[in-house]
Amino acid sequence: MKLTVKDLNSFYGPAHILFDIALEVGEGEVVALLGRNGAGKSTTFRSIVGLVENRSGRVMFEGRDVSDLPTHAIVRGGLGYVPEERRIFTDLTVEENLEVGRQPKRAGAPQWDREKLFKLFPNLGEMRGRPGGRMSGGEQQMLTIARTLMGNPSLVLLDEPSEGLSPKIVEQMVDAILAMKKEGVSIVVSEQNLHFARLISDRAYIIERGRICFGGTMAELDARPDIRDAHLSL
Amino acid sequence: MAFYVVQFLTGLASAASLFLVASGLSIIFGVTRIVNFAHGAFYMLGAYVAFTLTERFAGAFGFWGGIVVAALALAAIGVLVEMVLLRRIYHSPELFQLLATFGLTLMVEDLVVLIWGPDDLVGRRAPGFKGAIDFFGQNIPSYDLFLIVLGPVVLGVLWLLFQRTRWGVLVRAATQDRDMVAALGVNQKWLFTSVFALGVFLAALGGALQIPRDAVNHAMDLRVIVEVFVVVVIGGLGSIIGAFVAAVLVSELNAFGILIFPKISIILVFLVMAVVLIVRPWGLFGKPEAPARRTPGLAVNPWRPLTTNERLAAIAVLIVAAALPFVAGNYLLTVGSEIAIFVIFAVSLHFLMSVGGLASFGHAAYFGLGAYGVALLAKMAGLPMIACLLLGPLLGLMGAAVFGFFAVQLSGVYFAMLTLAFAQIVWSIAFQWVSVTGGDNGILGVWPEKWAASPSHFYWLSLGIAALAVVILRIIVFSPFGFALRATRDSPLRSEAIGINGKRIQWTAFVIAGTVAGLAGALFAYLKGSVFPDNMGISLSVDALVMVLLGGVETVSGAVVGAIVYKALNIWLVSQTDLSKLVLGGFVVLIVVAFPKGIVGTLEAFMHRRRKSSSSASSPLLTSRIESAE
Repeated sequence: MKLTVKDLNSFYGPAHILFDIALEVGEGEVVALLGRNGAGKSTTFRSIVGLVENRSGRVMFEGRDVSDLPTHAIVRGGLGYVPEERRIFTDLTVEENLEVGRQPKRAGAPQWDREKLFKLFPNLGEMRGRPGGRMSGGEQQMLTIARTLMGNPSLVLLDEPSEGLSPKIVEQMVDAILAMKKEGVSIVVSEQNLHFARLISDRAYIIERGRICFGGTMAELDARPDIRDAHLSL
Repeated sequence: MAFYVVQFLTGLASAASLFLVASGLSIIFGVTRIVNFAHGAFYMLGAYVAFTLTERFAGAFGFWGGIVVAALALAAIGVLVEMVLLRRIYHSPELFQLLATFGLTLMVEDLVVLIWGPDDLVGRRAPGFKGAIDFFGQNIPSYDLFLIVLGPVVLGVLWLLFQRTRWGVLVRAATQDRDMVAALGVNQKWLFTSVFALGVFLAALGGALQIPRDAVNHAMDLRVIVEVFVVVVIGGLGSIIGAFVAAVLVSELNAFGILIFPKISIILVFLVMAVVLIVRPWGLFGKPEAPARRTPGLAVNPWRPLTTNERLAAIAVLIVAAALPFVAGNYLLTVGSEIAIFVIFAVSLHFLMSVGGLASFGHAAYFGLGAYGVALLAKMAGLPMIACLLLGPLLGLMGAAVFGFFAVQLSGVYFAMLTLAFAQIVWSIAFQWVSVTGGDNGILGVWPEKWAASPSHFYWLSLGIAALAVVILRIIVFSPFGFALRATRDSPLRSEAIGINGKRIQWTAFVIAGTVAGLAGALFAYLKGSVFPDNMGISLSVDALVMVLLGGVETVSGAVVGAIVYKALNIWLVSQTDLSKLVLGGFVVLIVVAFPKGIVGTLEAFMHRRRKSSSSASSPLLTSRIESAE
């Protein structure tokens, strides 16, 4: 397994947010984490990369226990994270944003550099010197993915990449994610949009109120319309 | 004409050091969000270490080598401070960070005297820049010309560093969103440490470069930090170009202010700062900050008025305190009066800080204004004591009304820096306006009238007013005004949205706090029989902060306990050691790191836990259900 999460519990202050989350991601797989707003998708990702202070459970990445490592060490190990709010550095240019994400090459992980990323996201290549704050939402979304890829991750946590994007940009996003997959990057993508998830994913988990309530292939999910309707708003 | 040109160039030369120190402060703040109060101390240490290196070890390093080695040595000390102290408090509320670095400053002041002695040290001239250049009959020291060139050169180097290197890109990214930088695999710890080292290097270099111009002394830290705060407030925290422009502006205002208002030149700087704050509260080159993050910050238990039993207990304590004159001698009664006065002072700051969420670093200004108000009324107008006690604090009220109006336009660290700068301005007026205030000699002979003259009577008077002040402030806390003030503290946006005029509420709170502080100052003037500029000095402001902190920032009136414990300890300590600042500073750092809830806060938390555990013993089902619902 590329990534194994076991018994993950997370808290914000006194509030218990995640309950015994368990996930598995295979080599080169694209797995969707589906759920409504507030179901715990972002918290799951934030907990995996160590951004939630108060958490317990085990996160195994490439056979290594990374549960107790600080965020930067987890990410350096090859586990990339693309946050939901994009969090572009607005004062930095496109190229500088990419520079922040740059990490040394890693054996066994797909390699990325600026030129390769500009091929994947041609829009970015045309605005290399533009400050991040003066880009559209779609362009920012592409930049934030490109920025994470600069770290040569072998697995990427992609938090709601289609959120708030126009249909045309969503199409480009699908192409980009499939291209990443083809390069060999494993991906966990959180989504509310089942249609989008179906286009890219091999398997899916459904999370509801901080608990995983379904796990299986997309075909298995389609065979259970009751689960789909109960936990996903369509 | 030539004279003005020379004056202008002198201003530019002074700007160089100021810029170095201010840019260091700005860089550190940008990434770590800590306003490093100890920056002035690093500046001063830079000067002292450079003095020693250029005097004793000139053979080893030469003059210029000595300057650079001094700055590097201080940078290394900065790394140590960052790793040992600051790393523990990055997540603390900003007030605690300011206080911890302030504690450091106090310690350094005593250490410097311990190592280098109390006298001014005059450094040597810089080789190659010993002479002066003749400019139409006026002399310009050639070293000044060197400094004038150095300023822009450093600005350029910093610009290249931040724009052209990977480290610079990372720092700029972290300035905006440090968690995201970590989420991209960058080890923030070392980024923070290196930024702090660079900032301290700049401060120490600024200090070291001053030795050919000025004598080195142990008060230069506070002098420079006040100027630097003014510079970064004008230029905008976090902006290096802002620091440069504002450093030039402030230095020129100083250079020409001396010609226009020889006695109170700092007024001119203050006026410019006030104008900038009205037009651009975040400074000329700064960016508007998002509304302040939680100000008080740890886990606040809901406040409630005292229960009947607690009220009776408080009255009993008051009665016991009032019985002191029957058992204690005159010295103890005088100490008791002083403590009562400091209770008034501390609760006034506590009101502003804990209830209003506005941590003032210059609260002594209003204490001192009250004291001077009494002294002037009694000595010049010859008013009776009651009239003086009633009217004297009005000077504190007026000061608070004027300064508070500007200060509440800001919040958080800007607020703290601004109140500190205001207090220093008031202090320098009292110090420089000799014809009215007597300057350093103060105003003597302010004695109470017969009815209050005996130590026991004065003690009762102080105790009575202290009790009254505490009660009134508590009533205000639980009044609609108090609720509005707390709402503004906890969420400026939401309280605005329900129709509370936050700025006006905070201004009113500032004026109330200033007036009560003025009352304390008025009593203090009668207790001591005199007033001095130190009655509004920085160390008094810090005393008040420590009292509040010691009592517990998050309590309703913990400052009462804080003031009693701290003042008693302080009076005892000063009688025991010459190194009171060292001990005091260490104490401040210790509270911040190990004991952030204060005495009353810790007790409350303890009681709360006990109540919780005893009630959970009686009905485990109920409490467990409530907890999971949270």
